[in-house]
Amino acid sequence: MEDHTRKIVIQLFILFFALIYGGRLFYLQIIDPAYKTAASANSLQRVVDYPYRGLIYDRNGKILVYNVPVYDIQVVPREVPKNLDTLALARLLELERSELDSLLLKAKKYSRNKPTAILKQVNSEDIAKIQDQLVDYPGFFIAPRTVRGYPHQSMANALGYIGEISKTKLEKLGSYYRQGDYIGLSGLESQYENELRGNKGVKYVMVDVHGIQKGSWQNGAFDTSSTKGKNLYTSIDLELQKFGEELMTNKAGSIVAIEPSTGEILAFVSAPSYDPNLLVGREFSQNFRKLMKDSLKPLFNRAMMAMYRPGSTFKTVQSLIGLETGAIDSNFTMGCSNPFVSCHEPHPNPCRLSQGLQWSCNPYFWNVYKRIINQGVDPNTFRDSKKGYDKWRDITLSFGLGQPLGIDLPNEKKGILPTSKYFDKVYGVNSWKYSNIYSIALGEGELGILPVQLANLASIYANRGWYIKPHFVRGMGDKQEKLPQYQEKNYIKVNPKHFPAVINGMERAVNGGTVWSKARLQSIVVCGKTGTSQNPKGKDHSIFIGFAPRDNPKIAVAVFVEYAGFGGFVAAPIGTLMIEKFLNDTIARKNLMKHMIDQDFIHKKKAPEEIRADSSRKAKIKSDSIKFLKITAQELGPSVRKKQKSKAQITIPSNQLPENPIAVNGSANAITAPNTNYNGTRKQRRTVS
Amino acid sequence: MALASRDEQLVRGIDWFTVFLYMGMVLIGWLNIFAAVYDPQSQLSIFDLSTNSGKQLLWIGTTIILITAIMVIDFKTYDKFAWVFYGFMALVLIGVIFVGAEVKGSHSWFKIGDFSLQPAEFSKTTTALALARFLSMPTIKLDKRKDMLVAFAIIALPPLIIIAQNETGSALVFGAFVLVLYREGLPGIFPAVGLGAVVLFILTLLIEPIWLYSGIGVIVAAFIIIIPKRLPNILTVLVVGFLISGVVFGVDFFVNSVLQPHQQNRIKVLVNPDIDPLGVGWNVTQSKIAIGSGGIAGKGYLEGTQTKFDFVPEQSTDFIFCTVGEEHGFIGSIVIIGLFLTLLYRIIFIAERQKNKFGRVYAYSVAAIFFFHFMVNVGMTIGLFPVIGIPLPFFSYGGSSLYSFTILLWVLLKIDAHRSEVLNRNL
Repeated sequence: MEDHTRKIVIQLFILFFALIYGGRLFYLQIIDPAYKTAASANSLQRVVDYPYRGLIYDRNGKILVYNVPVYDIQVVPREVPKNLDTLALARLLELERSELDSLLLKAKKYSRNKPTAILKQVNSEDIAKIQDQLVDYPGFFIAPRTVRGYPHQSMANALGYIGEISKTKLEKLGSYYRQGDYIGLSGLESQYENELRGNKGVKYVMVDVHGIQKGSWQNGAFDTSSTKGKNLYTSIDLELQKFGEELMTNKAGSIVAIEPSTGEILAFVSAPSYDPNLLVGREFSQNFRKLMKDSLKPLFNRAMMAMYRPGSTFKTVQSLIGLETGAIDSNFTMGCSNPFVSCHEPHPNPCRLSQGLQWSCNPYFWNVYKRIINQGVDPNTFRDSKKGYDKWRDITLSFGLGQPLGIDLPNEKKGILPTSKYFDKVYGVNSWKYSNIYSIALGEGELGILPVQLANLASIYANRGWYIKPHFVRGMGDKQEKLPQYQEKNYIKVNPKHFPAVINGMERAVNGGTVWSKARLQSIVVCGKTGTSQNPKGKDHSIFIGFAPRDNPKIAVAVFVEYAGFGGFVAAPIGTLMIEKFLNDTIARKNLMKHMIDQDFIHKKKAPEEIRADSSRKAKIKSDSIKFLKITAQELGPSVRKKQKSKAQITIPSNQLPENPIAVNGSANAITAPNTNYNGTRKQRRTVS
Repeated sequence: MALASRDEQLVRGIDWFTVFLYMGMVLIGWLNIFAAVYDPQSQLSIFDLSTNSGKQLLWIGTTIILITAIMVIDFKTYDKFAWVFYGFMALVLIGVIFVGAEVKGSHSWFKIGDFSLQPAEFSKTTTALALARFLSMPTIKLDKRKDMLVAFAIIALPPLIIIAQNETGSALVFGAFVLVLYREGLPGIFPAVGLGAVVLFILTLLIEPIWLYSGIGVIVAAFIIIIPKRLPNILTVLVVGFLISGVVFGVDFFVNSVLQPHQQNRIKVLVNPDIDPLGVGWNVTQSKIAIGSGGIAGKGYLEGTQTKFDFVPEQSTDFIFCTVGEEHGFIGSIVIIGLFLTLLYRIIFIAERQKNKFGRVYAYSVAAIFFFHFMVNVGMTIGLFPVIGIPLPFFSYGGSSLYSFTILLWVLLKIDAHRSEVLNRNL
């Protein structure tokens, strides 16, 4: 009986729903007139109310990005009469007739009932000309849109651009976006898309068979209004940014300036760049294609995507790790001679740490790094080297190197800081030691650092041991809300007490060391370090990091100039000019400024033959870079190298043979660091002969 | 000779009433899909393979192979190999997470060229077989706690994997099995509490919690006034009242404080489509207009304007009922509801005439699954149910769903055809 009851209960349960549904249908289809009204108007149209995208400001309230109204001309194929005068319409829209025909066909294919844009982003002047006549063409509408506008020509890469959402993104991002919607595609526009975009609203409008609006549906009970996107208040100093871009005229490279106490990015220069106004409006795709093809890669944001060897600027890191691990103390003294690395112009000999930094003494830091790597914790040299390296790498990681910093731009690269496993793979487990990796001592070899990471390094020195992740956002929306991840201090694994010695050296480097004497600033105490990074493709890259003033620093800066040679002559003056501009607001050293702007390192690119000739002469050129014969050999390129190998070997004085014979052959099993070629993309080159 | 007699047995034993019902529904469904995608200007024929109706015909034609296979296979196979089917399907469901194609954020489709298959659809059949197999074991009794837990576990495993595929809609269908468990002796308190919890959950999302708390307060007060005023009674009422308030608070807190705004919306939109007027809300509004505009007799076959002109999205899959409502009006809608009611009652009739428990449990599972799909799908199009994307059996366009419902039903018909051959094991 119990079973029988249960069967009845289930049957009643099912019947209950059937009856409810029947009742509901009776109500919808027979009683409630609202749906029939809507249907007798033939259709309910949904009109999307697009919100204003948030504006972007610089730190002084200057506008960086605003909105410009434009208009799309749309067609709903179903409503277009059969006898459409395409010729007249084509003339009105200034199109070829065949063009218009194919556009209409395409729209029809997409949907007969949904609007498709046939002309996009027409400006208000042009729309005014055709507006009145377009009324005579049923099925064609004008839909207002907004695109971005820029009152300046700066910072295109960091700001990014917006464009129509792609099909793949549309599927991934789900319900908010519709085909044809604009979305931030790169830079800050993409990073803060959700905040900047606001929220769309929608109005339900009843439309009759002829597409004529018959008022809102149910008195707008279901309408929602759009909410404006949040404004983005950035930390950029537009004037400083412009100045940096001017300094980088006819140069390739990057300048990044940070306010050390907050991690706020003051300038983010990637050169060469482009005018952001190019990627707006109807010319977008045409201009975009042109920029893509440009061999100088203006769309490539070097400041956070290009990896360079840090060169001698890295000696600051080596000093701090040396002090922290007890490999050296600040009085550690060393003579300037070494069989494996040469030094440059004569300087006090022997020297202490601060002098070593002042003159960027290569043999000195060769020894510092050796002491870090070989601390004698293991009697086996190979195992000892591995342990030393692991410890060194661990501290180096805490400097924000070898990993993305987490700045608020998409696609930030991470740089290169190889693990000991990498060397195990290259040389074999327990068969590599200091002599295989000593180029890292001087910031060469297997290292890759992004300009933003290097600026962050300067910021760490300015703060004496900590950093806040570099970022652009100062505030979001009217309340200028802060983001929590950009409030937190990251401490590096070095005791603050070790900083004064290194900072002394950096001050000396600027005011009596490797920095060009004309680049010095009288009024402000600048601490800095130059670098000249080996470039297998041509002239060395010029590098500078620095901060100022020495006490209570306000700005930290990193400068990379590709193919510019010695760091003290190009990157350093640019760096101190940036500091002067930010702290003093005006430039007193007008001649220096003009000289730096006028220099051109792009258009005087040497022919390949000259580069080869140059590299063999390189040893004589005044430079703070190290001279490895193995690198010289590799610089000649695989094809030439074979021919020139004998010549290269002849130039090695027999008393300068490195202890590891493999390195002498250079080509045998030697690994070049992942290089940044001229395009800034990474190339991993392994040469085995 | 043995074979021939068996064939004879099959022809005599098969439930022709259900067979004709099935054929009728599939045919009406196909004509309806054509109407949903019909474009008066393109003049594509109903057989054109570039239209959904043409493709659906292809699916319908190929079901003959499936049906033949089901009929040829020995009916005992479904009982004996139930666990194998179940285990295999679980592996396939997990596999599709890793190798499946991503469609609108969910990893639940196998794609081979243009052909795609959703294994989740077929897992309903295998789960029904496994559950039937388990419950038909002689010692199992659903009022024992251990047996109950095992039964729940059998039902819960596939939907958990399906949720991991991000196909929550298909996973919910497994809730229908509670109906089967109830028939097989699950204490009535379980479905009652479950139903109550669902109602409470939806109410919490729909109504401001403060009103709910007041409502609970009023009901508790009313109870205390009505019931005999003894301390244990009053305490019980108070505790139950507090528990219910606790659930309301918990749901409210979870939805509004724990979940991210976009996740909140995904849940809230289930009960109140109007908060997403561009997406789900639009579908429901358009769906109601389409059905509402049908009137008593409808606009006539292929004469509907709302569904055809793309106003209702998913018009040939999840919202197929709109086409019926618009073109055939109240009368047509009632006919379709009547067809489903007839099918469900017929399956229950078949269930009750089974001679062993395996057959009965499976039959009830079939009824429960069809009922759930019918209830949710039609309820959604007329704005009585949250928008959950599950198909209407035999009506929604799609190969996977047609195949899976065909298998589900025809396995039952096969088992039923041989009902007189089974031993009266345990009823």
